[in-house]
Amino acid sequence: MKFGTEIVLVGLAAFGALAAAGLAQDSAFQAHMWILFFVLLGSTVVLMRKASFAPAGAASIPLRADTAFYMDGPVRYGVIATMFWGIVGFLVGVTVALQLAYPDLNIEPWFNFGRTRPLHTSAVVFAFGGNALIATSLYVVQRTCRARLFGGNLAWFVFWGYQLFIVMAATGYLLGISQSREYAEPEWYVDLFLTIVWVAYLIVFLGTIFKRKEPHIYVANWFYLSFIVTIAMLHVVNNLAVPVSPFGSKSYSLFAGVQDALTQWWYGHNAVGFFLTAGFLGMMYYFIPKQANRPVYSYRLSIIHFWSLIFLYIWAGPHHLHYTALPDWAQTLGMVFSIMLWMPSWGGMINGLMTLSGAWDKLRTDPIIRMMVMAVAFYGMSTFEGPMMSVKAVNSLSHYTDWTIGHVHSGALGWVGMITFGAIYYLVPKLWNRERLYSLRLVTWHFWLATLGIVVYAAVMWVSGIQQGLMWREYDEQGFLVYSFAETVAAMHPYYVLRALGGGLFLIGGFVMAYNVVMTILGYQREEAPIGGNVTPLAPSLQNAG
Amino acid sequence: MSEKNIDEITGVSTTGHEWDGIKELDNPMPRWWLWTFYATIAWALAYTIAYPAWPMISSATKGVLGYSSRQELATELSVVAASQAELRAAIAEKPVEEILADETLRRFATAAGAAAFKVNCSQCHGSGAQGSAGYPNLNDDDWLWGGDIETIRRTIAHGVRFAGDDETHFSEMPAFGEILSPLEVRQVAAHVASLTGTPSDAALAEAGARVYADNCASCHGAEGKGDIAFGAPNLADAIWFYGSSEAEIAAQVRTPRHGVMPAWQARLGDATVKQLSVYVHSLGGGE
Repeated sequence: MKFGTEIVLVGLAAFGALAAAGLAQDSAFQAHMWILFFVLLGSTVVLMRKASFAPAGAASIPLRADTAFYMDGPVRYGVIATMFWGIVGFLVGVTVALQLAYPDLNIEPWFNFGRTRPLHTSAVVFAFGGNALIATSLYVVQRTCRARLFGGNLAWFVFWGYQLFIVMAATGYLLGISQSREYAEPEWYVDLFLTIVWVAYLIVFLGTIFKRKEPHIYVANWFYLSFIVTIAMLHVVNNLAVPVSPFGSKSYSLFAGVQDALTQWWYGHNAVGFFLTAGFLGMMYYFIPKQANRPVYSYRLSIIHFWSLIFLYIWAGPHHLHYTALPDWAQTLGMVFSIMLWMPSWGGMINGLMTLSGAWDKLRTDPIIRMMVMAVAFYGMSTFEGPMMSVKAVNSLSHYTDWTIGHVHSGALGWVGMITFGAIYYLVPKLWNRERLYSLRLVTWHFWLATLGIVVYAAVMWVSGIQQGLMWREYDEQGFLVYSFAETVAAMHPYYVLRALGGGLFLIGGFVMAYNVVMTILGYQREEAPIGGNVTPLAPSLQNAG
Repeated sequence: MSEKNIDEITGVSTTGHEWDGIKELDNPMPRWWLWTFYATIAWALAYTIAYPAWPMISSATKGVLGYSSRQELATELSVVAASQAELRAAIAEKPVEEILADETLRRFATAAGAAAFKVNCSQCHGSGAQGSAGYPNLNDDDWLWGGDIETIRRTIAHGVRFAGDDETHFSEMPAFGEILSPLEVRQVAAHVASLTGTPSDAALAEAGARVYADNCASCHGAEGKGDIAFGAPNLADAIWFYGSSEAEIAAQVRTPRHGVMPAWQARLGDATVKQLSVYVHSLGGGE
């Protein structure tokens, strides 16, 4: 038996889950442990039936590459997981958007907004974004270090462990298990497990860097490493809590009052900063130069903007708590650090866009480059909008309104989504050893569907957010508020319907990508005319005249 | 060596490193980028001198402008309070009829009442006071307990069938399902429906008129015009509380529903109740 130890460990863990279900102190914990038991039991059975560490559905994936120089098995699985969770996350997103527009769609108790909203945010940030980061980082670190992944099957543990974390988080939300910390809703036992997985990830990544054959560490790896290390720190500190019982689903935070609020936003803002910004900048720094086949624009800029970005980002969290019980001095610091963050963020945009100098013509013929450029454009837009919204005067209007939601989504759909799509389109033919994608025309369709969806989404949320903010603060000439809260909610209805439409377009784009990727993996190639027509080289006379 | 490290397309030298085919150009940082970065740092430093910012051992620097968000809020609130002080004092002092008669006070009380209404009343009566099934529309002149300003004030202050208030309006229609036969209930429902011209079985309605006279007229009046002394609804207009169909009327005859409105005096205070009264009176049906 090839995976004897693994089978024993997963089997023991399944038994442990069964025992925990028996000892459970509350019904939610019991249900959660039953889910864990069946997942682990299924995994044990799958492991025992396979001679290799490959679960159901793996037949179409060639295994020979795992004996090759680079270890790409977990990357292949990661790309598929990214696509799968992406579509799940977008689908839940459209669902929650419709729930806001049509409250009757809240189905008690499992599918009301309070449970589906964290399901959406965790699915897109951690399941879609997290898998994209893990898969691309494991791919990039091997290539740019010229070294096989460190730790052997540890990378498989990282992949499957992370999927288990996602399943436990998602089922927990639907069962009503939540510690109510934004973007960190899973309870203590899921947090502990994620910590183990994350440390394993750090070991795999750092070990590969240590055994590199290149004299220098490539810039993409700086960003990936800062993301892995900082997320570990944020995750541990934010989730410090005391469980009510070792067999119960409830825990209490170690922090209280405004300290707790500040801890949560120190975590929350840097989840954006290090997960959704630094991590994806790492992705950008590899896939844009590769796809454009051009050198990175400025080495010096990459050093300065890297260090200034990671130094400044960690202080910016208090801008989420303007005009609250947080002391004025902390609010001030949160705001000024956010302003100083503007240029370090834009350093990445400049390096991304200017890397295309000498290759701008590819925008016309290569929809993958177009996708990456759109991602960087949205990155630039939302990293300007963010510092602007952190200014207290602007924040007093924008805070608690849909403007914030629009801002997050122009970053998440525009930047994170688009750069991930670009990376997936680059990776799939390489990982499955295909000559090219099934269809570039479908990539163009995906590009326009996604772009249109984001533009509709962001524009609608600007209008609704600003209207909402203005309605909340409108006084009549006698000094009394003009609108009731319910009236401001009712006024949002048309925007919420349009928002769901924008999200729906983005979701359709996701389906187009899934189809294209699946067809590519299966080895099909669509007959189609090249994009931009048949490019004719410039006439010699013109060239000579110049 | 040096020739190898020049990018052909841009003519810029590279750093000489290469990872998986990726090279890096040795371009300087864009000047506008660098200077904007410096400017934000300078601005940040200046801002932290002007405003509370630097944490010290037991407190933080106060900033040379002496700004405090708590102070800012307190100042804004006191400015508004000062500008309204005179009007609020007058409203607290005067009976509600006099507030209604004074143009300035009436305008202020209407605006204040509208704001209080949105927070406290719109949940049941609707944000436009249009009501809904079981919750009266306050825009019409159909009053259960009376539409003059003092009665409106009393209704808001003490509520309707509110257990915790001795002065609350109280009356309950008996459950006629235990008094009348099922046929009589259908007859009286047909009669009540006919009062507003709703088509019904004429024979049934005629028989119902006698049942009505014997059982209902004492509160709802011989012609079904209702009586504000008992909070008995007018049955002869087209405004219905629990539905206008004969089946709905019959259901209400058999087992009447009795709505409750809380007494707001203790919770909102005398002045706010007066302001709410003026606002409700202004909606269109005030007498």
